[in-house]
Parts: sequence; structure tokens; C-alpha cells
Amino acid sequence: MTTETHAEAVDEDRRNFIHIATGSVALGGAAMFAWTLVDQWNPAADTRAASALDVDVSKVPLGGEIRILIGGKPFFVRHRTPAEISAAESVNISILPDPETDDARLRPKADGSLNKAILVTSGSCTHLGCVPVGPSQGNTGDYGGWYCPCHGSHYDTSGRIRKGPAPSNLPVPNYRWVSDSVVNISL
Amino acid sequence: MSGHESTYKPNSAFERWLDTRLPIIRFANDTMINFPTPKNLNYWYIFGGVLAVCLAIQIITGVILAMHYEASVDGAFASVERIMRDVPYGWLLRYIHANGASMFFLAVYIHMFRGLYYGSYKAPREVLWIIGCVIYLLMMATAFLGYMLPWGQMSYHGSNVITGLFGAIPLVGESIQTWLMGGPSIGNQTLQRFFSLHYLLPFMIAGAVVLHIWALHVPGNTNPTGVEVKEVEKDTVPFHPYYTVKDAFGIVIFLIMFAVFVFYAPNVLGHADNYIEANALVTPAHIVPEWYLLPFYAILRAITFDLGPIDAKLLGVIFMFAAIAVLFVLPWLDTSKVKSMRYRPVARQFFFGFVVVCFLLGWCGAANPDDAVIPALQGDPSLVVSYTVEGAPATASYKGGEEAFEQAKAFMASLPVGANPSLAAVPAPTFAFRHLSLILTFLYFGYFVALFFIGLTEKPKALPESIHKSVLKRKPKDTGNAVPAE
Repeated sequence: MTTETHAEAVDEDRRNFIHIATGSVALGGAAMFAWTLVDQWNPAADTRAASALDVDVSKVPLGGEIRILIGGKPFFVRHRTPAEISAAESVNISILPDPETDDARLRPKADGSLNKAILVTSGSCTHLGCVPVGPSQGNTGDYGGWYCPCHGSHYDTSGRIRKGPAPSNLPVPNYRWVSDSVVNISL
Repeated sequence: MSGHESTYKPNSAFERWLDTRLPIIRFANDTMINFPTPKNLNYWYIFGGVLAVCLAIQIITGVILAMHYEASVDGAFASVERIMRDVPYGWLLRYIHANGASMFFLAVYIHMFRGLYYGSYKAPREVLWIIGCVIYLLMMATAFLGYMLPWGQMSYHGSNVITGLFGAIPLVGESIQTWLMGGPSIGNQTLQRFFSLHYLLPFMIAGAVVLHIWALHVPGNTNPTGVEVKEVEKDTVPFHPYYTVKDAFGIVIFLIMFAVFVFYAPNVLGHADNYIEANALVTPAHIVPEWYLLPFYAILRAITFDLGPIDAKLLGVIFMFAAIAVLFVLPWLDTSKVKSMRYRPVARQFFFGFVVVCFLLGWCGAANPDDAVIPALQGDPSLVVSYTVEGAPATASYKGGEEAFEQAKAFMASLPVGANPSLAAVPAPTFAFRHLSLILTFLYFGYFVALFFIGLTEKPKALPESIHKSVLKRKPKDTGNAVPAE
């Protein structure tokens, strides 16, 4: 709609530089603002602060377990009987779907020794995330550990998968022994 | 202008296919790219674009804040503090949202004064102006509702005052107030409904903005001369790139100022009292609304007299709402056919006076109504002894320093036993903010009355023949031999 009657020619390089420089600044600003809009969905500081818990394992009855939630996720702390410990240790691991020794599933105390009576595992089935039943519900499955009622996965007294659709053992969470009777479990 | 011919030419097979089904690219092209815009728009005209950015910022940050906010009397205050301390970038998003409200109003006031100065409300743009007034009302409602959500002292007691306004309505006032609050006082139910509406109204504003732009694009923009476009070729330039770039530049400057508030003075426009959780038993000593509502607050408080059967409380509310309502009928109050104040020597002076009145009203709204406008002119307080003589009340006043106190004491001692004397310091009468507010209130309304009469008698300056001619006249150097490229 305009008639170009400028005497001087348009400097295309200059014009391109201005376009690119302006566009870059605008895009950079938009990207930084977008970063905050995305990042605000990440766990907030108070949520992250609530993602670890000290658990007093001396309260767990022999042969029983306690179930705890950390950040809304279930964990099992089980006080194993000597029979359950030996059952977990005597298995030929080469026949397991997810081979792992019982010792590898325990965490040493500060002095380096293992408390084999206390087993700490995740409480969600590795198949589709149901919470397996165990000694608290009176059903420990075919191998004396846990049984997932959703799709029939059987776990042994070390929390390892033995039978059923679950692909792997119940994961051992990140935990450490704070004292002889307290473990700190974190996500 | 809607009359202009579409210049869009679909370039690809897909565009041609889409154009016969949903001509959305044509629409965007005709409204935002090739839209013919007067070529003499100055920087006062960028605020439409600034406001669109403000609305977008408020909606984006608001939707996100709502994801972290808890609308309950037990959780609201704590959830806002959690946003400030724990949510990643929550502090930034909340400060943008809180200061964004102020920036929004700053921009809308400049936009409105622009419209008042250049006569943007006159035919054929009355509907455009009225939709703008509706947006302004919705903005005030949204801001008020949002200010309640942090559940601080100002939130609570401010809401009490505003819902109390409705209580002033005769006969049904109390029922309406109870209905608004959902109970005998502001409580959890009030907070929940206000939160819901605070989320809803911005989308209604967005809808009204669509109508506002539609109503703008039918007659096209006004311009500083107030002379309508005569020849599209000579008087206008395409919206893009001329005004997209000009608006973008203005928006960048505006955002820099916005950022200065957000990063360096995020609480300077707020009140410290709002960082104290709401307490229904303690009203803050000095309760004022946010700065953008202060002029109306001043008008509300200026009315302290009854008018016939209407008591002062109701009259104040009527005047406050009338101050906004008068804007709706402004297109028919202003009788002048000349749009721009540039060519209205008398009305122009009144316009600048009106701007000053608005600022002064804001000053009055922030002040304590009984304080002296000029403290230096206020005399010393006098000591007044109140007592009873044979059952009837009587007073005696003493002026001066210590002597007055001793005289008053001696007088009290000399009174008989049954007189029950008491001593009080009474400030000297002075010109207080409530007096100034009243004068300014009448000047505020007076402007609109004045426009009616000025328009009938004023002799306007000669208008330029066209936008094109006015531009050439202003920049004689540029004319040279060639017609300047726009």
C-alpha cells in the first residue's frame, strides 16, 4: 500500500541484524519466563523436606512388619525370624528371575555389620504398583514373603520376585542406619 | 476498518483449502497485519497493546497460583506463604501477579485518559467506549476479589467494608449483604465463592476484550487529530509492521518498569498489614484499599451529610457508583462534535483540571479524613472542660500552652461536687481531607457537566483537512520533493 520512493536503498544486512537481535532477546525472555512456569510444578521445598523419615525398627514385632508412607509412597520394614533369614539366604540365586543375594539387599550399619533381622523394601509391586499383602494381612504367598493380590506376584522373605508377572524384586530404598534401632529412609 | 478490502492471498494449497472452510488466517491477516491504522498515532496509543499483555500475564500467573492456593480460612494464608517460600519460583509468580494488578490499572488509567483527551468515546465509537467501561468494572471486581484471597488483615477488613457498601441499600441491603457473604460475616464460604469468581472474571474480561477489539475494528482507531480517515491510501499505514513494532517497543519499556517493581520493590504498592493473618476481632488502624481504588474511596468518604430521606452512608455509596456510571453516559454528555482536545481550547483546560482532581482524590483516599490537609495551618488544640450544671451539660474551653492547662484545672477544682468535670484536648478546626474530598467530588462530577455546556458554546480551532495533511504540516522538512514513505 506504500510507494517506495526513498532515495537511499534499504540496508538488508542492518535490517536482518535488528530482526535477529530483537527476536533473540524476545525469545530469550520468553524462554526464561517459561522456565519458571514449568519449574513451579516440581516438588516444592516443603514436599522435598518431607521425603525422608526416621523409623524406629525396635518396635517391629518378630515375624511381623510395619508399613510406612514417606511422601505418600509405601515402604515395608520387616522383622524376620531366623527361619525366614535362612530361607532367604539358602536360595540358589541362579534360579531367580532377578538374581540378587540376600546380603546385597541389606544396608550395613555404621560399623559395617549387617542386621539381617531387619529388611527394608519398597511397598509397591514392581508389576503395576499395587501394595502386596504380607504378614499383617496373614497372607505371605507361596514363598513366605509377600503376595500381590492384583495379578498374583509372589515375593520371598528377602522381597525378591519368585513367581508371577512382576519383572523385578521389590526395590530397596535409599536408607541408612542412624543408630542400632533407627533407620533413616529417604526417597 | 471492517470496510477495508481483504488483502490476504492464500499462498499454498493448504491455505486455499483452509480459507474456504475456516478463514482464520485471513481473519488474522485482516485484523492484525494489514489492518489500516491512522499513521499519526502517538505513544499514548500503545496502551491497548500493553493492556492485552497485562491480561495475559495475570491469567497465566493466576492459573498457576491457583494450583498452589488453598481457598479455606484455615489454609489460605499459609498456602500463600508456602507459595512464597517453598514452591519453585512461587515468589516470582506471586509478585508478578500482585504487582501485575497495579500495572494493569496503571495502564488502564492512561488508556482511559487517552480516550478522554482524544474524544475516543464519541460517535461512532460509543459502544467501543461502553465495552471499555464494562471491562474496567470487571477489572475492579476482579481486583477486589483477588485482594481477599491472601486472607490477611487488609483482605478481611477490606472485604468487610466493600460488602458493607451493599448493606447501605435501603430495605434489601442487609439481605443482599448476607447473601453475598453467605452468612452473618465473611467466612470460609465467602472466601470460596470469591475465589471461584476471581478465577472466572478474567475470562469474562478476555471475552469483553474480544468485543472491544471487534468494536474498534468496525470504525477503526481514532487518532490525535480526531479527524476520521478519508483516504485509506494516504491517511493510514498497515498495522504490521508499523504499530506492531511501535507497540512492542512501548511494551518493552512498560515491562522494564514492571520488572523494577517486581524485583526491587515488590511490596511498595501493598500494605504491611496484609502479611498479618486475618483477625476478625482487630481492624487495622488505617484501612485503605489498593491505590487504584483510592479516588473512589475518597468520594465514598467525602459524603458526610444526609440529603432528604437519603442518609450519608447510602449517599456516599450512590456517589461512588455514580462516579463510575457517569463514564458510561459520557458519549452523550459531551455535546461537542470535535473529538480531540487539541482543537478544543476551553475543554482542554478542563481536561487537565480533571486529571489533577483525580490525582488529588487519590491523595485524599489515602489520607485520614480528619487530618489537616496542610498541618502547618492548623492551630493549637484547645482544652475543653465538660461538666454539668444542675443536670444540664456545659463546656468551657481554654487556649494556650501550660497556662491554659492550669486555668482549666483551677476551673475544674472550683466547680461544685456534682458537676463531674472531665478534660479533653480538641483539635482546632481546620481544612481537613474530608472537606477537600467533598470539593474534589463536586469538581469530578462538574467536569462531566462542564463538557455538556462547553460543547454548546466553545469555538474550536480549525481542524486539519485530513490526517495526511496534519502530518505534513507538522513535519514540513520531510515533504521535500518526494512523498515520504510511511
